[in-house]
Amino acid sequence: MDAKQMRKNKWQTTIFLILIIMITYLSSFITKFNLIESIATIPAAFSWIFSNLLITQESLEKLPQILEKLGETIFMSIAATTLAAIVSLFLAIMGSKTTKVNQTFSVIARFIASFSRNIPVVAWSLILLISFGQNSVTGFLALFVATVGFLTRAFIESVDEANQSSVEALTATGATYFHMISKAVIPQSLPQMLSWILFMIETNIRSATLVGILTGTGIGYMFDLYYKNMNYNLVALITFTIIIAVIAIELVSNKIRRVIL
Amino acid sequence: MSLLKVEGLSKFYDGETKVLKDVNFEVQAGEFLSIIGPSGAGKSTLLRCINRLVEINEGKVMFNGLDVGAMKKKELRKLRTNIGMIFQHYNLVPRLTVIENILHGRFGYKSTIQGVLGRFTEQEKEQAFYLLEKLGISEHAYKRCDQLSGGQQQRVGICRALIQEPKLILCDEPIASLDPNSSKVIMDYLKSISTEMGITCIVNLHQVEVAKEYASRIIGLKQGEIVFDGPSKLLYGEQIENIYGIESRELITV
Repeated sequence: MDAKQMRKNKWQTTIFLILIIMITYLSSFITKFNLIESIATIPAAFSWIFSNLLITQESLEKLPQILEKLGETIFMSIAATTLAAIVSLFLAIMGSKTTKVNQTFSVIARFIASFSRNIPVVAWSLILLISFGQNSVTGFLALFVATVGFLTRAFIESVDEANQSSVEALTATGATYFHMISKAVIPQSLPQMLSWILFMIETNIRSATLVGILTGTGIGYMFDLYYKNMNYNLVALITFTIIIAVIAIELVSNKIRRVIL
Repeated sequence: MSLLKVEGLSKFYDGETKVLKDVNFEVQAGEFLSIIGPSGAGKSTLLRCINRLVEINEGKVMFNGLDVGAMKKKELRKLRTNIGMIFQHYNLVPRLTVIENILHGRFGYKSTIQGVLGRFTEQEKEQAFYLLEKLGISEHAYKRCDQLSGGQQQRVGICRALIQEPKLILCDEPIASLDPNSSKVIMDYLKSISTEMGITCIVNLHQVEVAKEYASRIIGLKQGEIVFDGPSKLLYGEQIENIYGIESRELITV
């Protein structure tokens, strides 16, 4: 890179920054969003939070019920994620450039992945709510579909990155396609895949709460129920347990990750 | 009858760049043949045409009297069990153990289910340990391959090729990523494979000196054409110059 190029790059950065500021200003002007005003409401909001969202002795009596629903939510996320992972593995192997059987399957796999990924999980739960009704199957399916989309995309990348040289070596020994997939491609991409699965379990526990609010299942349903009853002490307790659960899961999966990588 | 016969073999990528031009040679069983030439001369492509890791465009490759180019999937698998291959970068599965990598050499004899489930017979496992012992790496059997040095990994590669019980072993620059010491060890093993076990070896090399020391016959390849084919003792300065071009000759002799 010569001096001229560098000067040009510098100019580009400046212009880019000015452009972003302009777009921000324009957007807030159009939506009538006022930054100063919204900052001014923060103290009031926090004082409301601290005066209302308190965990009281009374609300703690509901803890066993909350924990039961929380467990249900966690297990639903794990089940949805692991099942989705199996489906995604097949889709990824069909969709990856390096392991695809033929072009048609590859396009189909990629299409399924991007279709289910680009519709947000909230939209999926609302769509499925109409067709499956208000039960845990709906929540499960919503998580499952969104996870398949995301994991397939991630797995395709892991498979693409797997070193092709051992695939070549196995081909040279007379191995079949499935030998190569199971003994050369998967062993190489497995740690990354597991890491993605753990990440998705964490994400899904968070999403499951939201999906639960929409589909009336699990911890989300409880949250919604007490929120609408204005029982803010219980809402606080539920939020608190969710935070604890998510942190715990994150710690556990970080530990697992360290072992497998 | 010769073990391998290459007749008028040509190969081009993208329909234009010709990598191999009308290559003809024969290899007798038990020969230790070296193919030398500068990078980009088509050595790797030539080897890969023999077990059809790359498709043949023109000409014929006959292995044991069978036309390699005309083979269907099943026949091709059978052919590949008869031809072992050793690579410059060893091409092992780095996260698997040494013994697992060696047993991969048996996949050509396995059905899909047997292979995927990793069902190997006692005999095959014993053979794997025997080969490990023979190549002096038996203490590493349960280590992961990425923990081994380059020379050790290449020995695992040799074991994987040998457990196939091949008639022919193709070696694609087996010592190009190794230090002089390990290089010597590997070349000695390859030599003993051909003399003791009677397995034919075709070794791609770019070091002329190594080729002259080990191979009984040398083929010189230059821009996809054979420019020398004969006993290694007949390869003199003039021909080497011809193969590598004058400028690079200085580099070699220095």
